[in-house]
Amino acid sequence: MSKSIVSTEVAANARGSAWWIDQVARILVLLGGISAIVFVLAIFGFVAKEGLGYMLGDLDLVEFFTSPEWRPTAMEPNHGILALLVGTASVTGLAMLIAVPFSIGAAIFIGEFATGKTREILKVLVELLAAIPSVVWGFIGLSIMNPLIIEVFDVPVGLNVLNAGVILGLMAAPIMTTIAEDALKAVPDGYREAAEALGATRWQVIFKVVLPSAKKGLVAAVLLGVGRGFGETMAVLMATGHSVNLPTSPFDSVRAMTATIAAELGETAHGSDHYKVLFAIGITLFFITFVINMAADIFVRGGLKMSGKNS
Amino acid sequence: MVKRRVKKLEVHDLTIRYGDKVALHAASFDVYENEIFGIIGPAGSGKTSFLRALNRMNEMTPGMVVTGSIKFDGVDVNDWRDVYALRSRIGVVFPLPVGLPLSIYENVALAPRLSGIKSKAELDEIVERCLTRAALFDEVKDRLNSLGSLLSGGQQQRLTIARALSQAPQILLLDEFSIAVDPVTTMRIEDVLKELKKEVTIILVTNLVAQARRLATRTAFFLQGELVEVGDTEDLFKRKVEDNRTTEYLEGRFG
Repeated sequence: MSKSIVSTEVAANARGSAWWIDQVARILVLLGGISAIVFVLAIFGFVAKEGLGYMLGDLDLVEFFTSPEWRPTAMEPNHGILALLVGTASVTGLAMLIAVPFSIGAAIFIGEFATGKTREILKVLVELLAAIPSVVWGFIGLSIMNPLIIEVFDVPVGLNVLNAGVILGLMAAPIMTTIAEDALKAVPDGYREAAEALGATRWQVIFKVVLPSAKKGLVAAVLLGVGRGFGETMAVLMATGHSVNLPTSPFDSVRAMTATIAAELGETAHGSDHYKVLFAIGITLFFITFVINMAADIFVRGGLKMSGKNS
Repeated sequence: MVKRRVKKLEVHDLTIRYGDKVALHAASFDVYENEIFGIIGPAGSGKTSFLRALNRMNEMTPGMVVTGSIKFDGVDVNDWRDVYALRSRIGVVFPLPVGLPLSIYENVALAPRLSGIKSKAELDEIVERCLTRAALFDEVKDRLNSLGSLLSGGQQQRLTIARALSQAPQILLLDEFSIAVDPVTTMRIEDVLKELKKEVTIILVTNLVAQARRLATRTAFFLQGELVEVGDTEDLFKRKVEDNRTTEYLEGRFG
């Protein structure tokens, strides 16, 4: 097709198909972009509609946050989530103690030491590990970790903080490894070469140059793991023992906030106090996740000063 | 007066391969103490490969195989038990300035710290001396704690020179240091190099024929992995040594 010659005036006022495609693509991408915001707002709206009014009205907030008594179905119901909060936090804390060294170590090995086939195989395996459904992890907690803990530590019950913490740590480690390795990969090779040329050893290069440069990504990896810990439900439900308890040792059974919602919501009457207080727990979880994300955001922004223009 | 020339590097039959590809083929030459040894040649002629072989960066590059020998003060670089000690005697300045994401002070203090110097006074002294020798101290002395990577390209390149000097190397390698630097800064760095020549042996890899002519005592011409010729820079440029390819390159007919 030959291009017809038109006057400048005509050409200036014409809109070809390329212009329309451009507009449509722009709108589609915009929709994709704002859908994330819409969904977050919608979820928050739903949870808030069911529980926020109750939380700010009839619910005794002091009891809610400070009482370890969770007896929502008793004649005189208690709605204290302290034990659930501590349960979730202790399991997540222990999980991070296990997952952080594991995942950062794995990321350093994959990113800095492994080469060729070893590296590719390891990456595939780590990703495979991340894809194991959480109920399978719960199964491992119930059927392998439980008798193992009873045997090794000579305790009556093996479903406890230790069990859930180990399971959750192993669950969170693969995805944290992947994120951490991405962060290490983003450190320019020029940094490594420059440091090696100065006579730095492999470890000095990693500890003095690579890890500090990747700090932001590594923190993001850890916070992602923390978020995962707070949000994980099924494996925690199966491995903690699911008993309301303020733990004093890793061998105490606990109950997590998420597991409580999952286990009880189906059995409550729609609109009852029990139903609404479960939503209040959901709002609390939402708030905690929000604070963790905010903290990550503030940290990343604060860390911007350290990155400079060539990072 | 005839200057006594001490051989700092003796390169013998050096061949560098990446897999099947030969980057440098059977090159032999010497580098003398306290000279600026220029290496010129078009891209892909094996110049950078030689530098990498010299401080054994080949050990980090999969597939890079080095045969032949490079003797440093008479000792083969491959016979150094501690490659890190070898590297700390050889300062390297890369083509693109790499300001590590550390403060200006820490960029220069990094290597001395890694080698075990802890005294603040000693580090201060090293940082000031190296920055001064790299002609950067006056520009940055009031902001030593700000980020090195925020400096301008020319300043960063002088920072990397200061960093390369921080362990008092015996050899300074510069790999096309001026490609990311403006002409004024290039001239300043060239002046710095003329001064440094008194203390260290400098190997200057450059794409700029004129730069080699301005600075180098002796110059080698590499072409497609072959050392075409090597000699006193003046002789090379006056074409006392004859090889048509060198003549054509020097006159700008290719490359």
